Amino acid sequence: MSGYTFAEKALARAAGVSSARAGDILDVRPDLMFSHDNSAAIRRIFLEMGAKKIARPDRIAITFDHAVPAPTTKHAQNHAEIREWVKEQGIAHLFEVGRGICHQVISEEVLILPGETILGADSHSTHFGWLGAFGAGVGRTEMAALWATGELWMRVPDSMRIALTGTLTPGVTAKDVSLRILGNYGVEGGIYASVEFAGDTISTLSLDQRAVLPNMMAEFGAKNAYLPPDKAVFDYLDARRTRDYTPLYPDPDAVYAHDYTIDVSQLEPQIALPNQPDNVVNLSEALGEPIQQAFIGTCTNGRLEDIQAAAEVLRGHKVRCRLVVIPASSEVYLAATRAGYIETLIEAGAAIATPGCGPCMGNHLGVPAPNEATISSANRNFKGRMGTPDAPVYLASPYVVAASAVAGKIADPREVLPLSR
Amino acid sequence: MNPITGKAHVYGDNIDTDRIIPGKYTKTLDVSQLAEHVLEDLDPEFRHRVQAGDILVAGENFGAGSSREQAPLAIKSAGISVVVARSFARIFYRNAINIGLPVVEVSDHAIENEHLVEVDLENGTVTDKDTGQTYRATQMPEVMVNILNEGGLVHYLRKYGQL
Repeated sequence: MSGYTFAEKALARAAGVSSARAGDILDVRPDLMFSHDNSAAIRRIFLEMGAKKIARPDRIAITFDHAVPAPTTKHAQNHAEIREWVKEQGIAHLFEVGRGICHQVISEEVLILPGETILGADSHSTHFGWLGAFGAGVGRTEMAALWATGELWMRVPDSMRIALTGTLTPGVTAKDVSLRILGNYGVEGGIYASVEFAGDTISTLSLDQRAVLPNMMAEFGAKNAYLPPDKAVFDYLDARRTRDYTPLYPDPDAVYAHDYTIDVSQLEPQIALPNQPDNVVNLSEALGEPIQQAFIGTCTNGRLEDIQAAAEVLRGHKVRCRLVVIPASSEVYLAATRAGYIETLIEAGAAIATPGCGPCMGNHLGVPAPNEATISSANRNFKGRMGTPDAPVYLASPYVVAASAVAGKIADPREVLPLSR
Repeated sequence: MNPITGKAHVYGDNIDTDRIIPGKYTKTLDVSQLAEHVLEDLDPEFRHRVQAGDILVAGENFGAGSSREQAPLAIKSAGISVVVARSFARIFYRNAINIGLPVVEVSDHAIENEHLVEVDLENGTVTDKDTGQTYRATQMPEVMVNILNEGGLVHYLRKYGQL
């Protein structure tokens, strides 16, 4: 009999059964369930179900992040309703306006650990694969059901293995790797799969970089994504965690529906052209395209290393187009301030905003005008994503976004970065 | 459940949730507004053309992207009776069932725009009445069939959830 994949092991654990195989339907009890500004809508569905009391309030987290600080009275009412609900139900974890984006904040607070299962009412819940957890997105009605019952049926997905080999060259990042995966196999390439990364590249990546890979696998259609946790992950968690854990690793003889290998040592910076995240080319093919706005932030690329990358590129330069920078969390914001990166960015002409999702889905804090092009460190460039269908969006790493802000057109960061790198 | 018959509106692959319902319209708790903007950035005429009972037909990976439940809600509130696609993005697929919008996966089909289509959820078949071609649907897990039969997860849990 063949070995087990990560997904098979993790969902068997979460369902309290001895083993499971791809295709099995299990009742899963997640270790954490989270939502964001959509919690007011979830509450209404919960009440509509006839439920009264949240089943496991100690395992629920809510983060204000999609529209913060509240841009309209309607949003403010929505937030107020959620605060009241948290108090009434004794929900354990509420993260206020300014704390940051759910995936980043939950990672910083270490509310989830390797081998555990986390379900979020947000599509980028695949994010938590960075620490070896099973993270998947659900809709509002399912989150209401999770509040009501503390569990949810799930089908164990087939798994796909992506082995990354080699070391990235300076100015090339996990974002470029993610975009190349999308470019190679398409936005439907990982549909419904557990995308399980392997290979020697992973241990060479910082934790900030690692988070990009599973986060971007949401654009691949993945159910979840996974990186095997190592000492760097354990050291980070051990300084912050409040409970024990057992990491899970796929068996060497596990069976994968697809098995890909990518040598990242030759990879150049990548860019996704409008209007789909798999419309990816080498950056060199898009150089010189004029842009009116650059945006660095989001759950994908708003961490300390991303802001550091922007500061390195922007130091001593002035931007030639608008640049909006939004740290992914207050912890990132504070660390970036103390390190002097925020000062560098402001001197270069950047506008800094409160930690949160910002303009990523077209809400506020930097939505483009029709026919204005944006280059963004976010994850999606679907038509209309940033608020108007006539505004093209390019996706790239923070290095590329910052270099393009300096040039006012799409540019290669390796031409701006100090040669010593 | 009786077979559903309706006129097909056919679109391509990778129709994402932003094109189904742009994010700027999803921040309201009032779902009645959603039908006004359904598929707006893909086909601005769709919402004027669609009639109650019509069928939406697509290619691969329908509903890619966001977990927003307003995407199937917008389609349902526009009057669409069932969505047929070669494949669905997983969160959209679950969301649709959970809000009581039937979705049917047929791995390959050649259904054309404005053809009359019959979807038999019970027997798992999709028939293009104009060409006579019948396609077999992917079997849905039993739990999903049960949720759909109750009209969605809210009704299902009201009945069986012991909440």
